[in-house]
Amino acid sequence: MGRYLLRRLLQLVPVFIGTTFLIYWLVWSVPGDPFAGKCGDRGCPDNYRAMMTEKYHLDQSIWVQYASYMKNLFQGDFGSTFSGRPISDIIATSYPNTLKLAVVALAIEAVIGLGAGVLTGLRRNGFLDNLVLVSTLFLIALPVFVIGFVLQWFFGVKWGIVTPTVSSEMRFTELILPGFVLGSASMAYIARVARTSIAENRRADYVRTAIAKGLPMRRVVGVHLLRNSLIPVVTLLGTDLGALMGGAIVTEGIFGINGIGRQVLRSIVTKESATVVGIVVVLVVVYLLMNLLVDLLYAALDPRIRYE
Amino acid sequence: MSDPSAASLVSTPRIEAPTESGSPTNPESAQKQQQPRGLLGDAWLDLRRKPLFWISASFIVLFVVMAAFPSLFTSGDAVNGELSHSLVKPSSEAWFGYDQQGRDVFARTIYGARASIVVALLSTIGTLLIGGAMGMIAGYRGGWVDALLSRIADIFFGLPFVLGSIVILTTFNGSGADNSEWTIMALVIMSLTVLSWPVVMRLMRSSVLATKEADYIVAARALGAGTGRIIFKHLLPNCLAPLLVYGTIMVGSFIGAEATLSFLGIGLKTPVVSWGIMISEAQNLIRVSPYLLFFPAAFLVAAVLSFVMLGETVREALDPKLR
Repeated sequence: MGRYLLRRLLQLVPVFIGTTFLIYWLVWSVPGDPFAGKCGDRGCPDNYRAMMTEKYHLDQSIWVQYASYMKNLFQGDFGSTFSGRPISDIIATSYPNTLKLAVVALAIEAVIGLGAGVLTGLRRNGFLDNLVLVSTLFLIALPVFVIGFVLQWFFGVKWGIVTPTVSSEMRFTELILPGFVLGSASMAYIARVARTSIAENRRADYVRTAIAKGLPMRRVVGVHLLRNSLIPVVTLLGTDLGALMGGAIVTEGIFGINGIGRQVLRSIVTKESATVVGIVVVLVVVYLLMNLLVDLLYAALDPRIRYE
Repeated sequence: MSDPSAASLVSTPRIEAPTESGSPTNPESAQKQQQPRGLLGDAWLDLRRKPLFWISASFIVLFVVMAAFPSLFTSGDAVNGELSHSLVKPSSEAWFGYDQQGRDVFARTIYGARASIVVALLSTIGTLLIGGAMGMIAGYRGGWVDALLSRIADIFFGLPFVLGSIVILTTFNGSGADNSEWTIMALVIMSLTVLSWPVVMRLMRSSVLATKEADYIVAARALGAGTGRIIFKHLLPNCLAPLLVYGTIMVGSFIGAEATLSFLGIGLKTPVVSWGIMISEAQNLIRVSPYLLFFPAAFLVAAVLSFVMLGETVREALDPKLR
């Protein structure tokens, strides 16, 4: 296990460098003049230009720029926006909001997806099964912004059950609708994986043995069946948390949540290159670490899987 | 099942299978029936009995015809509008009403199919070609080639999809850029392809790894077949099934992805007509005229759904365990 972990962590290093370099190059180097359109119609004053050139080593090659950026990053310095606000500050204020939304979305999709999956897996080919199959198909096919707008229009505007947008306090009740929207597609995948897994294990020998021993059905399903069927579901949930923490750019935009996804979109549009790179680096690290964690979790949950 | 030839074909395997090794001296007709069907042939037989397949396939044909010849469906003007018609509700004259610029929403919805379908199909083909080739090389060669290609794939895989395409598109297609309609489309296709090929590569690599050591490959090599022949004649046909399924579903998700990018204002831009752009324009008017949002969204969902559904039926048909 220790050696496996070490190897995986070592493999992360080139991936991390490659991904962040790609982003750095795309944001800083490809568009040409980094000052174009930054200071309005007049163009940037020379001393500002000189200061930024010095700060970000813009007169040197992209490799030097990237290396010095990384050096600062590992000392905990994310740099600052063009107006001087530290980027770590932006991340610190918006990341908790994204986390809250991600956790709510994950809870909703786990409860609904698992419930639907277990029910349909135990009774296949009934009315409920077909209903769930069709609705998962719909949830997978609907792009997030369509679900978001339709639900916002019905629940928020027409029926007035919830507030259409989320206030800055991020109350839990306000987050239910955005959480549902964000988790909708994964909910469908979880329901399907759980259904297949339960249906497969339902025919396993150990389940037959448990029933033959005379155990009540609740115990057979709750203890024997669920434990063995949940492994793929748990890994799916873990991967999903990694993706959700990468920021829900669309959902945060629709419901007006001040999360990391909205910050990164805003800084891309306003060409805050340093902010874009800073946030993307954080997101990529989170994403990579979550994927690693899921792989480790997989081994911890299923004793049949051993990493040498 | 009304087709008699289909019914007879379906029942043949059970009758013919035991006699497969029988007398080969029969004339042509027997030869023809004895010819074993491949996985794809079997899947096709299975598919044509499914109503879901025909429903989704006919929807797809409809959308493709719509993309190729939009003037068959509408005589309206999708680009120019009359301001006097601004926000007129749906009526018998204009079925879907008019948008804020007084443009015919029905005509725009029909013309919007082209951008979505073209972008989705081309990016799927690109993704399958690049990912498939990389996966084939990585799986077949193994060793350091495999390690190198896998790490490169990891780099692109590490970028979250929406985030990555936003960065790529704003870099090459920012607010100041003055790109033509086709350049923008090519950029969207490129960014979708660049960010999704690793998944196809992993699929291809794992199925090549699983097939590479099979007896028939070893036999082919022992008979002196070259690398090219082994790859194209033996490996490729046997590794194609998962790619086909994934590709069909991918078309659907790319239609959605294109709409999402256009919706965020960084994909296709306004002289181009696309469902994503229409939805993005409608979002500020959602309280006044929800129909502006409803019609393009319904077409978008129908298109995505029919491709995803087709992929599902193809997957079931290709999976021998479910037969």
